[in-house]
Amino acid sequence: MSRITESFNNLKSQGRKALIPYVTAGDPEPKVTVPLMHALVESGADIIELGVPFSDPMADGPVIQLACERALLHGTRLIDVLDMVAEFRQTNQTTPVVLMGYLNPIEVMGYAAFADKAKAVGLDGVLTVDLPPEEAHEFNRLMKASDIDVIYLLAPTTEPARVEKICAAGSGYVYYVSVKGVTGSASLDVAEVAEKLNIIRQHTDMPVGVGFGIRDDASARAISEVADGVIVGSVLVNKVAELAGNQALIPEAVAAITASMRQAMDK
Amino acid sequence: MPTKEDLAIAKQMPDAGGHFGQFGGRYVSETLMAALQQLEQTYEKLWRDPQFQAEFDRDLAHYVGRPSPLYHAERLSRELGGAQIYLKREDLNHTGAHKVNNTIGQALLAKFTGKPRVSAETGAGQHGVASATVAARLGLECTVYMGEEDIRRQALNVYRMKLLGAEVVSVKSGTRTLKDAMNEAMRDWVTNVDNTFYIIGTAAGPHPYPKLVRDFQSIIGREARQQCLTQTGKLPDVLIACVGGGSNAIGLFHPFIEDADVRMVGVEAGGYGIETGQHAAPLSAGSRPGVLHGNRTSLMSDEGGQVIGTHSVSAGLDYPGVGPEHAYLKEIGRAEYTAINDDEALHAFRHLTLTEGIMPALESSHAVAEAMKMAPTMDKDQIIVVNLSGRGDKDIHTVAEIDGINF
Repeated sequence: MSRITESFNNLKSQGRKALIPYVTAGDPEPKVTVPLMHALVESGADIIELGVPFSDPMADGPVIQLACERALLHGTRLIDVLDMVAEFRQTNQTTPVVLMGYLNPIEVMGYAAFADKAKAVGLDGVLTVDLPPEEAHEFNRLMKASDIDVIYLLAPTTEPARVEKICAAGSGYVYYVSVKGVTGSASLDVAEVAEKLNIIRQHTDMPVGVGFGIRDDASARAISEVADGVIVGSVLVNKVAELAGNQALIPEAVAAITASMRQAMDK
Repeated sequence: MPTKEDLAIAKQMPDAGGHFGQFGGRYVSETLMAALQQLEQTYEKLWRDPQFQAEFDRDLAHYVGRPSPLYHAERLSRELGGAQIYLKREDLNHTGAHKVNNTIGQALLAKFTGKPRVSAETGAGQHGVASATVAARLGLECTVYMGEEDIRRQALNVYRMKLLGAEVVSVKSGTRTLKDAMNEAMRDWVTNVDNTFYIIGTAAGPHPYPKLVRDFQSIIGREARQQCLTQTGKLPDVLIACVGGGSNAIGLFHPFIEDADVRMVGVEAGGYGIETGQHAAPLSAGSRPGVLHGNRTSLMSDEGGQVIGTHSVSAGLDYPGVGPEHAYLKEIGRAEYTAINDDEALHAFRHLTLTEGIMPALESSHAVAEAMKMAPTMDKDQIIVVNLSGRGDKDIHTVAEIDGINF
């Protein structure tokens, strides 16, 4: 059983939902990332989504675009992000880590080399925004062979038949994008999300995480009532940006946001 | 050399998933998948629909002004002392470039699907102008994304778009050129997918765009093939066209794919020279395959997979990737790709203006420059067809600036 599946199973038996924070690796500087990951875990994060910086993040809003730019300024490459996972694993062997990013850095490294390295550093999952299952046969085969979960997105526009196809290709959990738009854009409609999750659950037994548009305790709590996991990104990355000039404060300040969300979700 | 069978296969590309061999495909976020599937279905239905075809043909004839002439540049040819150069005069189209062939087609798709708004990305501004033009005509709201750097160097086209009622959004992210405009246009589309038709201007992007843009632009090659046969009694020996994303080139090339004796030469932007790294010529530089803007293609990216900033004097060629069908035609050995530097393109711009009284766009000047290199090495009874994809009025500002003239 993968670390991700185990994590969701444990939460389920406790009647709790997963809190899944997203931060961009290397933002604003590489040395911040691993301490930030540990602080997130201490604040109650169950799974960490670590963004791989990319020059052209087409599905992201301005907040994460700027995070990518800051990280790239210090030359944070995919290989460096994998090394950060290895460093994190030195003291944490239980919290799943999922890389989230775009295909080209993996394409250039080579699928096989990426799969080997990902396994070696103790990565648990990978979510590639611009790699839909139709184009992912070889990728999926290699990730599966390395015991890495491949996490796919579902959108409000995804037809039921396609939900089934996507869930069959993925493992670990599926990521439901709650709004039409880029990351950090509109606020979400919980009733609409709940309705869509009902449809999704007719097609899969996998846990469903919901992201895009979760920005405070209230929305985190509302989503935790209908989803298996609450994914929060832009609001955390915004805090990182605010403190870019005072980096020592970043782990504590970001973790304060997730700690508060954790409390709201567990009430 | 590809065999006859290879060429027959090449002519039928892409496959059902939008692949041209290992290139092309549909590499997008799930949020856009439904819209692309819908576009594909609509397109496949309408492209075969006689009523749609009749309307497309009528617009090309009476609104765009087709067929565009195939002009024998006699003085230029005589001076170079080799092959006869013929110019396919896409610069004479309404709005001044080949771009309108495609925007007419996509605007008709927008109309048939009932979308009230269109969006577009633009580099040189020609596609933006062509999109704003068809939007004005059909009464559609129009938003054009353009890099801040391109807005500066193509000020005339920016104002043209505004006169046509379009909103021009300045893109300040990344390199502030065409690639970033395309990122922003895709973000707009994700957000407004219910009411917006995204008019991609080049033969790139996720399936079905490379295919439908090629189909709409293939009128160039179909006309040129017939015109060349009528005027000279034979097919051309060489086709030359500039390649940024490559829509004018694929439009010229595609109808000739199975004419194995016709050489096809795509000319990329060599910028300051391939050896300097400051260029926009992924195929000529042998860039590895990569994924950007929804398709796998030859892409300028670094060892870590980050897309590299490009340079070209012409905004319309200033793009790190290339349409996937070009990457494929290169791989199977059907088309050749080479690069022309800024200086050579500027020289060709001046030279064609002085010898033929035709001022080419800086993009098209790259193709003219290659023809000027190649013609003297060929026989006088051989024929080169150059796609003069756009007119140079929009570039007068850039050229004047180089001459130290400020209006």
